[in-house]
Amino acid sequence: MITLPRYGLITGAIALLLLPFLPLLIWSVAQSWFFPQVLPDQWTMIHWRQIFSPSSRIGEGLLQSLAIALVTTSLSLVVGLPAGRALGTLDFPGKMALKLFLLMPIIVSPLATLMGIQYVLIRLGLSGTVLGVILVHLMPTIPYMTLVLSSVFANLDLGYELQARSLGGSPWQVLWTVTLPLIAPGVVVGSLFAFLISWNEFLLTFIIGGGRVFTLPMVLFTLLQGGNHGLVAAVAITSVIPGLVFLVFASRALQQDHALGGLGNV
Amino acid sequence: MVGLTSKLSRQHLFQWRRWPTWARAYLLLLPAVGMIGLLFGGGLILACLQSIGIIGILGDTQPSLAAYGAAFSHPELGRSLWLSFYLAMVATGLSTVISIGLALLLRSAGRWTTIACQITLPIPHLVGVAGILLLLSPSGFLARLLMALGWIQSDQDVPLLVNDPNNWGVLLHFLWKEIPFITLILLAVLRGMNPYYEHQARALGANPWQCFWNVTLPMMKPGILSASLIVFSYIFASFEVPFLLGSTRPRTLPVLVYRAFTDTDLGKRPEAVALGLILSGISMAVLALYLGLTAKSRQTYAERGDS
Repeated sequence: MITLPRYGLITGAIALLLLPFLPLLIWSVAQSWFFPQVLPDQWTMIHWRQIFSPSSRIGEGLLQSLAIALVTTSLSLVVGLPAGRALGTLDFPGKMALKLFLLMPIIVSPLATLMGIQYVLIRLGLSGTVLGVILVHLMPTIPYMTLVLSSVFANLDLGYELQARSLGGSPWQVLWTVTLPLIAPGVVVGSLFAFLISWNEFLLTFIIGGGRVFTLPMVLFTLLQGGNHGLVAAVAITSVIPGLVFLVFASRALQQDHALGGLGNV
Repeated sequence: MVGLTSKLSRQHLFQWRRWPTWARAYLLLLPAVGMIGLLFGGGLILACLQSIGIIGILGDTQPSLAAYGAAFSHPELGRSLWLSFYLAMVATGLSTVISIGLALLLRSAGRWTTIACQITLPIPHLVGVAGILLLLSPSGFLARLLMALGWIQSDQDVPLLVNDPNNWGVLLHFLWKEIPFITLILLAVLRGMNPYYEHQARALGANPWQCFWNVTLPMMKPGILSASLIVFSYIFASFEVPFLLGSTRPRTLPVLVYRAFTDTDLGKRPEAVALGLILSGISMAVLALYLGLTAKSRQTYAERGDS
């Protein structure tokens, strides 16, 4: 039951969260917007055309970001599913220590580690490549994926699997038709976090990509140090869209408490 | 008959469920632990070796502690360290308190209201920085609105909120970005709680405040500590937000590391690595502190034997 003051507070919070998007939206279509005008006197689509023009490298950044985020998410899912299963359903010596070890990359500052990794990647010829960037993106995504999935597995009734097996299902059949559908919300939430982390990442890409892997955050960081407010705003809005689409797509899974509970139980 | 049994036992080798639990667990964890061990563990070891000069980006040199000497005598180290710590502490503390309130408000709200309160969750930090700059800078949207309303006379009257000595912009950005994140986690924690205890407290005559303070909050505590740890560590190590929105002097420790890393003099690299390792060391100390604080609840958790 939502009472009136409660409704007001929530509306206020949403308004404050949305406020920074307002100047971004206006700037992205503003031709000239001098202080102290509240609204621009001339409007334009030039910033948006610039994003999609082949001469700017923004389209390239968008595609590269998307490819890196999707591959990183898939790889962390492949690694995170068995790890989540072990931590969520089995008891074994050293469980706490191993869980803690898997958490280290999201708790401990990665700056020094990155410079260590860069030393090796240079020798392997992977510094400044997309593959190298995907490798380091796995550092923060695997811990999130594992946390979410282990919590989902911990709340999974393994009796369903046993039942399916005893009724003659092969291990693969059970995995595809019983286990995966049951943990699907966790897979969606874990993938959402992995995608968003990779999509948002600047520092890891900067140090390992060496300026040659040009993702959207790299574009935005460079633009933010210049003065073209209109283009900054258009690129910023473009960077919001994939994550927002994913959030809406995952909204039902986010209601599933076990998946997020994993982050509340480090 | 003999052939059949040997065939069976060979099958057993591939029968997953016949393996001892620990063997299954370690095999399942191998890819994740191996990846993190290789990347994080390996990277950390190589960073240590670089910082003491055993290996180097320009070729191997004689081991020395010169990089640590340079790092610890860095004129900005003390103030940078304090600034990073202060920003992470204040931003985490404020967003945690506000998130507890917001989570309680949203506890019975519908799906779309909840989603609206999580709107900044999928937004990249650099987009937030862009939004905050265009909103709060002296000629930003807020100043324009205040002027149109006649509350201020010129852009000189607006308090400086970005690149200001108090780092208001950095703090506001992290509040904006982290409140929805902590709220999301706390909402899941709240929904997973058995409401029976709260009902019982109210039935026994506790007022809403007593019920919150003595029943709800203690039950949320592990979730609150866990979410704060993740957020504190993130802010403490974050680079792009204080770099673009923060004060020019002092600068946070990650910005100091970035400066040393991007220095055209590659001889400065060991110093950059040493500064980075100081940062990692402090994050590890914070993690140890968290583990100490939660050791007791962890114990009861394990004894209770549930997930």
